[in-house]
Amino acid sequence: MSRGIKIKHHKNTHALQAVRIGHCGMVTLLMRQGIGAPCVPCVTPGERVLAGQLVGEAQAPLAAPVHASVSGTVKKIDTVRLPTGEDVQAVVVESDGQMEFYPFQAPAVHSREAFLAAVRDSGLVGLGGAGFPTHAKLRSAAGEADILLVNASECEPYITTDHREALDRSADIIAGIQHICRWLQIREAVIGIEDNKSDAISLLKGLCWQNNTPELRLRTGVLPSRYPQGAEKIFIHTLTKRVVPLGKLPSAVGALVMNVASVSFLGRYFRTGRPLISRTVTVDGGAVPHPMNVRVPIGISVGELLKDKRIGFHLEHASDSAPLATKIIMGGPMMGVAGPDYSAVISKCNNSVILFNSSEARLKPESACIRCGRCVAVCPMRLQPLKLEKAWQARSAQDLRQLNAMGCMECGCCSYACPAGRELVQRIRLGKKFLRDQQTKGGA
Amino acid sequence: MEQPLVIVSTSPHVRSPRTTRGVMLDVCAALLPALAASVWHFGARAFLLALVSVGSCVAFEALSRIVMKRPQSVGDCSAIVTGLLLAFNLPPALPLWMVPIGALVAIVIVKQLFGGIGQNFANPAITARIVLLLSFPAAMTGWSAPCGVDAIASATPLKVLGEVLASRPSDFSPGDFPSLLQMLLGQRGGSLGETCAAALLLGGLYLCIRKVITPLIPLCYIGVVALCSFFYTGSPVLMLYELLGGGLLLGAVFMATDYSTSPVTRWGKVIFAVGCGLLTCLIRFFGNMPEGVSFAILLMNLLSPHIENLTAPKAFGKEKRHAKA
Repeated sequence: MSRGIKIKHHKNTHALQAVRIGHCGMVTLLMRQGIGAPCVPCVTPGERVLAGQLVGEAQAPLAAPVHASVSGTVKKIDTVRLPTGEDVQAVVVESDGQMEFYPFQAPAVHSREAFLAAVRDSGLVGLGGAGFPTHAKLRSAAGEADILLVNASECEPYITTDHREALDRSADIIAGIQHICRWLQIREAVIGIEDNKSDAISLLKGLCWQNNTPELRLRTGVLPSRYPQGAEKIFIHTLTKRVVPLGKLPSAVGALVMNVASVSFLGRYFRTGRPLISRTVTVDGGAVPHPMNVRVPIGISVGELLKDKRIGFHLEHASDSAPLATKIIMGGPMMGVAGPDYSAVISKCNNSVILFNSSEARLKPESACIRCGRCVAVCPMRLQPLKLEKAWQARSAQDLRQLNAMGCMECGCCSYACPAGRELVQRIRLGKKFLRDQQTKGGA
Repeated sequence: MEQPLVIVSTSPHVRSPRTTRGVMLDVCAALLPALAASVWHFGARAFLLALVSVGSCVAFEALSRIVMKRPQSVGDCSAIVTGLLLAFNLPPALPLWMVPIGALVAIVIVKQLFGGIGQNFANPAITARIVLLLSFPAAMTGWSAPCGVDAIASATPLKVLGEVLASRPSDFSPGDFPSLLQMLLGQRGGSLGETCAAALLLGGLYLCIRKVITPLIPLCYIGVVALCSFFYTGSPVLMLYELLGGGLLLGAVFMATDYSTSPVTRWGKVIFAVGCGLLTCLIRFFGNMPEGVSFAILLMNLLSPHIENLTAPKAFGKEKRHAKA
């Protein structure tokens, strides 16, 4: 990828193994975590639940079930507003501190159907960020995909959870690849990883070499550290030279892309049967005294997480007049969502909490476009952000379509690179919504 | 105003440290070696001219924003760049009162009336130079010799070269000219900032290293002029005189790379620069003017939006779908 941007990595936590969070009083289990239809709560307030017990049933095909991440009592079934502004139903569980597990066992799999059903029951969604239900992705890839691409590129600054996954759970990654490839009849798998993770690269290369068989060719692909290397279409192109047609999914070119943590989870799941109830989260940013990777139950709030003394963030001193952090970002600084307070909860697809201090959070003032062309030069999808911005400002659906607005993956390179501080990707996002609205209006 | 407590905005949450002002100050820095060279060659008057030019450009910028009741933009420093470039395009002996007229054309007419930075369709400094050239032809072509050099006093090397080539190319004798080293150092007649090739190249190198410009436009422009000159004059030495003479380097490095008036697309830049090169040679060899850089760039400025539309990049993944359909 010659386009994209070189961006400061800030991988401060890459040498820190994830530590389990000390305590957790309450978890808020969102009924929709990532893409897809919401789940339906199957517990009632007052009921005692065990860790790993089903609390949200996935009734739609594009949904993954939700399990209790701690043992305790169901306090209430509530509606929660996400930082994105959406309202989602949630089961709130008060922990009893026992962490008593629901009895589970490794799934017995004898067929592709049983494999897909087991993946569905695990509650797994893509752990890299988008949160697409994994069983649905695997089902659509079955018979279509001839190559499995494991995404460990982790091109967003700060985040090191995938790096740690590769270092600390490499055997699970290989096991996960073997399970997926066996049941989907895929005979080639590549782990793609950026060249700023040399320790993980050498480890994975050794493991790939050891486990390479004629039935399953395994290798590690080293990628240049350049944002957005991990974006699906760019990732596929760098590793295989295959170009995913505009508006199509990776399966159109026979590729199945999965995040490394998702693959690793499947490796563990088929050994233990324990569903997705916890995940690793990078806590970093200028407002965090001791950046670290923490292992947290799904549904813990940022405020609860920050109470861990080792992070050194004295949330008890935070008040409305002095909030300690000036920006609270769920996810990476390039594509994450900023929340208004510490109440946001960690969902399955949430890989980091970035807390910016006031100087990091300062907004770049916006001035007139000087037509320097940097946005065009950096756009990995080869669009023309400066013209898309104008098309949106003119509310021209025709221009937006002609300029391939829907091809924008919202990586934010254009806004990053703009010297005039233009809110380019932000306006393209609005332009895309405008086009979608027009389409539904036209269809109705 | 009270500082907001928690900032909520949409991604990306990090931005590059580069600003419009930073870009403009980089261009100013890149112009400094050539300014120093012009003071060395033409004396303090060169500095005075540059001062008047920059001052009047900045004043016109600030004034027009006030009159138009628009947010003040003088802080982006682009008027300083225009002022320096305008001064670089003027002969050192130009009466000072003509300079603000050029600044008025550049800043008010070409730039602010069309919406300010990024909106002008033609390069402000070049348009101003052409307006001055057509209004005051004598003053604008009264070349003074560099201090301490008893070279040809009134004509630029390019003009002499043009006359020689037009009459009898075999009459060419190097004695009529400054040496190539003198050309490189700028010890020749010419506009304020265009004479010292070495300083201009240094500035260009700085701009490329700082990634303010890509070398695409200067290289294509100079390359095309080199090729055409070599085939027209048939001599590598004369070709070098064509490259180092006139305003070619100033134009190729600093004027043709102007963001507002050149295409943003990669192939657009190539076509634009090749066009500039061809037009420059056509005017130099077949026109009745000794120099064609300003007119070449101005003409290509006008074509720039069309070149840009014709060279729009194909979206990633778009080709494939066409191939299938």
